[in-house]
Amino acid sequence: MGEVILTMKGIDKSFPGVHALDHVDLEVRKGEVLALMGENGAGKSTLMKVLTGIYKKDSGTITYEGKEVEFKNTREAQENGVVIVHQELNMVGDLTVAQNIFIGREPKKGLGIDDRKMIKDSQALFDQLHIDIDPKQKMKELTVGKQQMCEIAKAISHKAKVIIFDEPSAALTEKEIEDLFVIIRDLRDKQLGIVYISHRMDEIKVITDRVTVMRDGTYVGTLITKDSTKEDIINMMVGRVIYEDPKTHSMVPKDAPVVLKVENLNAGRMVQNVSFELRKGEILGFSGLMGAGRTETARAIFGADPKTGGRISIMGKDGQLHEVQIRTPQDAVKAGIGYLSEDRKRYGIIVEKTITENSTLACLENYMNGPFINKAAEKKIAEKYVKELATKTPSADEMVVNLSGGNQQKVVIAKWLVKDCDILIFDEPTRGIDVGAKNEIYKLMNRLASEGKSIIMISSEMTEILRMSDRIVVMCEGQKTGEIGIEEATQEAIMNLATRNID
Amino acid sequence: MNKKKSIFNDQRVIAALVAIALIIVYMIFSKEFRKYSSILSMLDFSYYTLLMAFGVTFPLITAGVDLSIGTGMVCYALVGGTLIRNNNVPVAVAMLVCILMGCAVGLLNGVLVGVMGLAPFIATLSTCMITRGIGSMCNATPWPTLKQPGGWFHSIFKLTFGQGRGATKFPIGFILVIIIMFVMEFILFHTKFGRYTLAIGSNKEATRLSGINVKFYHVMVYVVCGFFAGLAAIAYAAVVPTVQPGTGAGLELDAIGGVFVGGVYATGGYGSIIGSFIGTMVIVLLKTGLPYIGLQANWQQIITGAVLIIAVLIDIMKKKRIQ
Repeated sequence: MGEVILTMKGIDKSFPGVHALDHVDLEVRKGEVLALMGENGAGKSTLMKVLTGIYKKDSGTITYEGKEVEFKNTREAQENGVVIVHQELNMVGDLTVAQNIFIGREPKKGLGIDDRKMIKDSQALFDQLHIDIDPKQKMKELTVGKQQMCEIAKAISHKAKVIIFDEPSAALTEKEIEDLFVIIRDLRDKQLGIVYISHRMDEIKVITDRVTVMRDGTYVGTLITKDSTKEDIINMMVGRVIYEDPKTHSMVPKDAPVVLKVENLNAGRMVQNVSFELRKGEILGFSGLMGAGRTETARAIFGADPKTGGRISIMGKDGQLHEVQIRTPQDAVKAGIGYLSEDRKRYGIIVEKTITENSTLACLENYMNGPFINKAAEKKIAEKYVKELATKTPSADEMVVNLSGGNQQKVVIAKWLVKDCDILIFDEPTRGIDVGAKNEIYKLMNRLASEGKSIIMISSEMTEILRMSDRIVVMCEGQKTGEIGIEEATQEAIMNLATRNID
Repeated sequence: MNKKKSIFNDQRVIAALVAIALIIVYMIFSKEFRKYSSILSMLDFSYYTLLMAFGVTFPLITAGVDLSIGTGMVCYALVGGTLIRNNNVPVAVAMLVCILMGCAVGLLNGVLVGVMGLAPFIATLSTCMITRGIGSMCNATPWPTLKQPGGWFHSIFKLTFGQGRGATKFPIGFILVIIIMFVMEFILFHTKFGRYTLAIGSNKEATRLSGINVKFYHVMVYVVCGFFAGLAAIAYAAVVPTVQPGTGAGLELDAIGGVFVGGVYATGGYGSIIGSFIGTMVIVLLKTGLPYIGLQANWQQIITGAVLIIAVLIDIMKKKRIQ
């Protein structure tokens, strides 16, 4: 076992409304892959952001190569050899691979940039990693997997001593993951310290030496990977939280009517001939890898992006399906569809406005007194849903920015319930939500379904898909590759379909 | 988590204190400024800036801007004046023409920005040039003076009792502007239009995805702004002896600057008409008042610029504290 290169001790960090990190410890050693595990919102990414200077810690110490450090920003962390390979890739699509790798530190030649040296150096990096990428290619022309390889090459070029992989496999195919592991093992053998963040238990067993588990922003413990079982790790991750029982059979009555029928929906490369039906009271899971076209499908149904073809029918008051023309979100909302985006802060809520204003945003016309807003009625309905959804807030007049992720999600749900939407599209409903609140959202979704709302749930978390769905649609590269009832659904069956189109 | 709300957190309070401080300083150092007639003439020149400011508050709240209001205002006043003089059009009709032209240019701005997706800066810079061009086709036109037929429209802004030097004058325009201010403040915070304007400024995409016809409201924001530029044209014609073609560029900046001093968020999402009123009064006081204490035009510009920087910095610092 290698010597310790990096120690984080008693790291504490709070945001308005959330105690994100509560005295967390972490120890990284040379020549070792450390898994950092925990549910969504356990604080893994926040901890890494504190390390690389994106966030400033409230208290605690970071010791790196024997000295106490506090990096002011990612650049300073990079210069000292601590590099993070992000979940979302930070690449400029229109620049070439080489330009991306050397961005901000381009080799100079006279007054200009020495392009030839940049390309040569990039090639050398790729050779070292045994990657086959042309440095002159534009970044946007590469697959997500290849882009990730470039990120790694960039990290290496910084003479990294500690590399953090933040959920690197989320967007990768099996083959790409194997390639990634070859590189990671190679880096480990070169005595780098590696932190590997992931949800996928199988990967953890394959690639890591030790596992540090976090839960609810606290440090739970560290295990030696080969001496521990999957169950050990899961127990540490989940702890006291008791989740809704996973579904073993569909809760939808056999005779439940179809409320939404999508036929041959097309919208660009990411949505090709997608057809499916959603029944009343059903939670229909949408599974697939990142970039499989699930969000694009949802946005096309909702009218947020233009579609190039397809029929959408919705059950009317008479109980019959009627074709509807949805060209804008306005049409969709009128038809009774509500969309809860994966990126709440950008697409879901208005953070600088109050809970009340957000709650009535979709149907302000019902809270008018002639030409004027009836603020009393508006507040009453907002307060009703604060109570009903158990939103944690001092009052409905609170700015949404001051709420935690879970409570922000409840505000978005409230918005669509106030509008009385019958079809709700949840896109990654628990992303960025802490563990306790996550189960509340699950309960809420189950309750809504039992009350007759119909839900489409897009999720990248296999456990979430298997726990919540009555039926599962799997997509791959813009196409629907299969549909499985919850009774037959297994992780393997879903993964199989999710990678069907990929060689 | 309830932060203590100090009244000084409200930029409007700071702006109001600055305005009061300016008045006190002028009063102390300038005998001239203490005269009723000075106050009257300062108010005369504040109306059109204030009206422009009320209007442009809406685009600024949506994180846009309207650069066409200054040249637009002069253009409408020129067209109105030409109609009165050359075509014997009644003053009331000329006034209506001003307002309609304002709305039309506002509609054009709105369609360019809200529907076609042009950057507000570019779209309104273009209409700024266009309105200046149209205005330049007219000759310099004096609107009727108070004693001429049709001169009644001066009384909208200033009531005059008696004749000659002994006449008593009352700035009724100020009362009108205050009433308009309260009406627009109410519209901003108590109607759908106002609510959606604020929502678009905070998060346009989330507003669209809530099923709101964002395009329509975005266009309306510029129509309202143009309407106020039309009103400003009437106020402008009432105070300048002759409306000169080719002028007006830069007048919009006083209004836009005033709105920022009054506390509109530089990134959009919040603003208030009362704030715009106070902020614009600060600018007007700097512009018309500094000469009374012996500071020349170049100094006014420098000080006004500095005040603007400070105002926007306060906004930025407040936001940093929230994060």
